[in-house]
Amino acid sequence: MRNGAVTGWLLLLPAAALLVLFTHWPIVGSVWDSFYSTPKGSRPPVFIGLDNYQAMVADEVFWKSLWNNLWFALGTIPVSIALALAMALWVNSTMRGRTWLRMAFFTPTVLPMIAVANIWLFFYTPQYGLLEKLTTALGFGTHNWLGSESTALACVIVVAIWKEAGFFMIFYLAALQSIPPSLSEAAALEGASRGYYLRRIVLPLLMPTTLFILVNAVINAVRMVDHIIVMTKGGPNNATSLLLFHVYQVGFSFWDTGYAAALTVVLLVVLAVAALGQFVFLDKKVHYQ
Amino acid sequence: MSALYEPRGAWRTLETTAAWLLGAFWILPLVYAAWTAFHPSEYSARFDLFAPWTLENFNRAWEAAPFARYFLNSFLLVTMVLAGQLVLCTLAAYAFARFEFPGREVAFLLVLVQLMILPDVLIVENYRTLSKLGILDSIPAIGLPYIASAFGIFLLRQTFKTVPRELDEAARVEGAGWFTVLMRVYVPLAKPVYLAYGLVSVSYHWNNFLWPLIVTNSVHSRPVTVGLQVFSSGDQGIDWSIITAATLMSSAPLLIAFLLFQRQFVQSFMRAGIR
Repeated sequence: MRNGAVTGWLLLLPAAALLVLFTHWPIVGSVWDSFYSTPKGSRPPVFIGLDNYQAMVADEVFWKSLWNNLWFALGTIPVSIALALAMALWVNSTMRGRTWLRMAFFTPTVLPMIAVANIWLFFYTPQYGLLEKLTTALGFGTHNWLGSESTALACVIVVAIWKEAGFFMIFYLAALQSIPPSLSEAAALEGASRGYYLRRIVLPLLMPTTLFILVNAVINAVRMVDHIIVMTKGGPNNATSLLLFHVYQVGFSFWDTGYAAALTVVLLVVLAVAALGQFVFLDKKVHYQ
Repeated sequence: MSALYEPRGAWRTLETTAAWLLGAFWILPLVYAAWTAFHPSEYSARFDLFAPWTLENFNRAWEAAPFARYFLNSFLLVTMVLAGQLVLCTLAAYAFARFEFPGREVAFLLVLVQLMILPDVLIVENYRTLSKLGILDSIPAIGLPYIASAFGIFLLRQTFKTVPRELDEAARVEGAGWFTVLMRVYVPLAKPVYLAYGLVSVSYHWNNFLWPLIVTNSVHSRPVTVGLQVFSSGDQGIDWSIITAATLMSSAPLLIAFLLFQRQFVQSFMRAGIR
């Protein structure tokens, strides 16, 4: 395009300015601020080197949140991906009631996470909740599901799975529908069984989708804390505190912004590692072009 | 999948049963919440098939908090964000798809950074920036970090790249400038993508919670998600009937739209996912 250079940059400029202001600058700013103390009153921030990181190493809640987040990721990601695949296969089949199923699976996706959290909070409520009623009807004792350290994290994991599995189903559904029918015809001609066809033809063809979903699931595991704020506030005794929730508490309850910046850096490193993983593994054809 | 590899016989029955059980489990919490919301509060503790139906809980929730204002705020927010995104992302995507300029590849990589690092995790620094700009506790403050959307730029760039160059050149031969070409050739061809992106964006920002919770501080700027949280964690006592009514109310616009336009919703999310 003739003299496209100037026009090109001008077209890009408004978006680039906002991106720099709200994505790149805060990334750099987090790293920068993590080496400075939190300004207090009229006292400006001072350079304190690695003090914030030393505080982090000594911060039990940080380690607890990190482990919780790891368990949260390990609990939500494989299960929601497996469920999403099963859902997509079912919805894509000629099974009776599949339209209804698609609706049931996808509905949680359009609900706000906070509404989802409220609904499940009610579901888990001691005495009144549906779960309690089911367990007492079956003769088990009562249990404060969200109130005990041993079950609270599992409870929020279930909520996260319920919310995202239907969303991931959509990507599998799209991928399944793009598989040419000639493949199944050829497989049938060769006498391949259904299990063989699914394992050897469908699953490999779905690999790029699986990786794409995996990356999204990792981002979600880092990003999703709405339900923590509503359901447990990180409790009991930090049993459900996740990294971003800890950032939120340190930054906006204790207003220790220097330390919150250091914690943000940890989040950024986690995301960068996920990005790198995607870059190394994901077929570029599928993703970038 | 083709009919050749459908489950058969007993296996089919088994899979159908499993699918239905899962579907029932998926819809159960929602149905339970709806049941509670539409019945008098004394029934929230015990299930009775013949309990009287009522809209009283919705009435009381609506009157107990400024939900009308919250809805207006959310509506303004998603409209503002979407309008901004459509304009900025279209221009940027067009630049990436059809212009040669130095630094294009680097700039594109820098845009992609936001696919991984969403503004959602940069809350501390973005809060500081907005406070320096002096616009905390306003609707634009909620929307601004999201307007230059890497996802939108990426999606539209992919779409614009599929437009045949011949169409572009034919229009230029007739003397059309870049803006006319963009509006007459590219934008109309990308209509389904715009619809898909619009749905995804609207549902994202209607549902967004953490960031609006942090930046807003008053009834005048709170979107409905934050309003719901303030309401249900406030001094209501725990009247689950009213809280579930408020919860359903705040999700209603998207939920109803989804139930009415299921196919479009699912297809749009699929389209946005394939990219």
